[in-house]
Amino acid sequence: MSELLTTEKENETEDIVDAYTKQEYKFGFVTDIEMDTAPPGLSEEIIRFISKKKNEPEFLLDWRLQAYRHWQTMEEPKWPNVNYNAIDYQNIIYYAAPKKKVTLNSLDEVDPELIKTYEKLGIPLAEQKRLTGVAVDAVFDSVSVATTFKAKLEEMGIVFCSFSDAVLNHPDLIKRYLGTVVPYRDNFFASLNSAVFTDGSFCYIPKGVKCPLELSTYFRINTAGTGQFERTLIVADEDSEVSYLEGCTAPMRDENQLHAAVVELIAHKNAKIKYSTVQNWYPGDKNGKGGIYNFVTKRGRCEGENSKISWTQVETGSAITWKYPSVILKGDNSIGEFYSVALTNNMQQADTGTKMVHMGKNTRSNIVSKGISAGKGQNSYRGLVKVLKNASNARNYTQCDSMLLGDRCGAHTFPYIEVANTKSQVEHEASTSKIGEDQIFYCQQRGISPEDAVSMIVNGFCKEVFKELPMEFAVEAKKLLEVSLEGSVG
Amino acid sequence: MIEIKNLWAKIEDKGILKGINLTINKGEVHAIMGPNGSGKSTLAQILAGRETYEVTEGSVTFKGKDLLDMDPEIRAREGIFMAFQYPVEIPGVSCTYFLKSALNGIRDHKGQPPLDAMEFLAMIREKMDLLGIDQNLINRAVNEGFSGGEKKRNEIFQMQVLNPDLAILDETDSGLDIDALKVVASGVTQFKNSEKSVIVVTHYQRLLDYITPDFIHVLYNGRIVKSGGKELAHELEDQGYDRIKNEADSALPVEESIA
Repeated sequence: MSELLTTEKENETEDIVDAYTKQEYKFGFVTDIEMDTAPPGLSEEIIRFISKKKNEPEFLLDWRLQAYRHWQTMEEPKWPNVNYNAIDYQNIIYYAAPKKKVTLNSLDEVDPELIKTYEKLGIPLAEQKRLTGVAVDAVFDSVSVATTFKAKLEEMGIVFCSFSDAVLNHPDLIKRYLGTVVPYRDNFFASLNSAVFTDGSFCYIPKGVKCPLELSTYFRINTAGTGQFERTLIVADEDSEVSYLEGCTAPMRDENQLHAAVVELIAHKNAKIKYSTVQNWYPGDKNGKGGIYNFVTKRGRCEGENSKISWTQVETGSAITWKYPSVILKGDNSIGEFYSVALTNNMQQADTGTKMVHMGKNTRSNIVSKGISAGKGQNSYRGLVKVLKNASNARNYTQCDSMLLGDRCGAHTFPYIEVANTKSQVEHEASTSKIGEDQIFYCQQRGISPEDAVSMIVNGFCKEVFKELPMEFAVEAKKLLEVSLEGSVG
Repeated sequence: MIEIKNLWAKIEDKGILKGINLTINKGEVHAIMGPNGSGKSTLAQILAGRETYEVTEGSVTFKGKDLLDMDPEIRAREGIFMAFQYPVEIPGVSCTYFLKSALNGIRDHKGQPPLDAMEFLAMIREKMDLLGIDQNLINRAVNEGFSGGEKKRNEIFQMQVLNPDLAILDETDSGLDIDALKVVASGVTQFKNSEKSVIVVTHYQRLLDYITPDFIHVLYNGRIVKSGGKELAHELEDQGYDRIKNEADSALPVEESIA
């Protein structure tokens, strides 16, 4: 059950794992706890080394090892509609102590290309400094802002800290919830993450508490850049509410090519979780060289009745994106939502979508996916709507729109619908449009440049998703699309 | 205002305009009439800068500048506005946002500061009242789900806001009932003054009952075959295009008349 619409398919991929394959494989090393960096490769010994480095309790080491043993029996998935050269998992370094960033004295020392992009995105000067590691003055010291913020959260009983801190300070919560939404057996990349994750975020909202501010990793102290194998766990207890922001519109470069993160969300009775992502990792150059592989497992479980989980994502970065933020609707009357904008330009490939699994009665899900393809970009929507036998009166509405810019890109839609309950209702609507010469000419005739016309038309196309983003994020996301589409007209 | 000299244009291998000569002065309203396929819409589109057509010969001078050398958005900023026969829909982009971007693009070109949201709204409110356009319409996405009449009214509204020097109405009357036609015509009448010029492209004489042209040109087979005052419209109304066609065909070399 798939419709395919493609104008051209590029099978050639550059050898973009050079960086790894050129490293020599080191056999028979002995791990030393004093070492700051583990040698490349993955083994039980390395996992024990990571766990010991992080002072983890026994249960977590066991869990990691189980994951690792299971991972060894698995094969890398081949079904996504993306092409890339094989990854050598024995050539990845799985543990490196966070390096101190070099502090620069002023923005003059920063790559001018990067500054240009920041300016286009309208990122304030103080923020530019923070992102590039320039020392900031006292007024804009983000740490002091973060400290005030953290004290306020603590007062309300909200836990918001790094995953490592949570393991040490709230082991009971970690033990209770870790792997309950994305089990370590879930899929190849989730298993790998479970075995080797080094850090991430943890958030717990106690009963009846409505988190007054949007939680953002920006405010989390001790964040040492983006981890390669990040793990995020958010638990919203009964009657609580939280909105969480992940990512940043500023272009993120990272020396690690493979990113395999796991995000688990749990919403208890009457709880609401809103999770918004803006992802703008390095997509590689125009020939597709050097970009990041983003293979993420994101899933939420509406555990209690009347709970609600909402995913909103704007994805413009990464060479390859493989990501299906999903919701398991277990509680009766629970609601799952997925709003997505995915843009692929040049050689970027994205296979993304969602899964909505209806288990409880009167559960509802809403999917709005907007895919934009430019250059030679390939954009696939893959979505599963599953209604189990007991999910009477379940309802789903899916709207899946694709927009093509130019005639060398492709848009693909793979909807899967499985319904085992006759009293449920599932709707799927799909459309594909091409930015018309007519539309651009109309704008031009009114005095609008073709570049502005394209970004205006694309932003209009994404409006339904942008309105789900928190205000400031939405403004940034619009600008991000403009910058990402630069040079795609012509 | 605009001077068209010996303009020839084709689409693919098909010649559409075959030597158009036309001069329009400030303050004049010219109507271009003609049967279907005569090239009158093509002429409008070429003046606006549509790239579908290739100009093979001739020149167009607008306010002393070479028009054919300009990109469509530059022509617009220099003061050319075309009301489209089929205005396109732009989903998700509100009329207000669209028009504000357009206006500020034009203002920037003229070295004027951009209008902020409040100034802009105050300025368009006046024009909205004139054309009977309500707030709902301009909050909606550009032309999306608009009725035929709403689309045309919106075109005239945009014309009034953008305030061009030369307005080209490309079959703005097509598909309009008499009430909508009156609204459109009164919008044009309010717009024109001694500094502005208007080109009205139309198949029917009907619109010219409400917008009185100073000159009428009849286009047939890519040429202006007859020009005259407003009385020419009534002549066409009475006799149709057949007589003009016959006259023109008999004056042409044989191989041309087959096309």
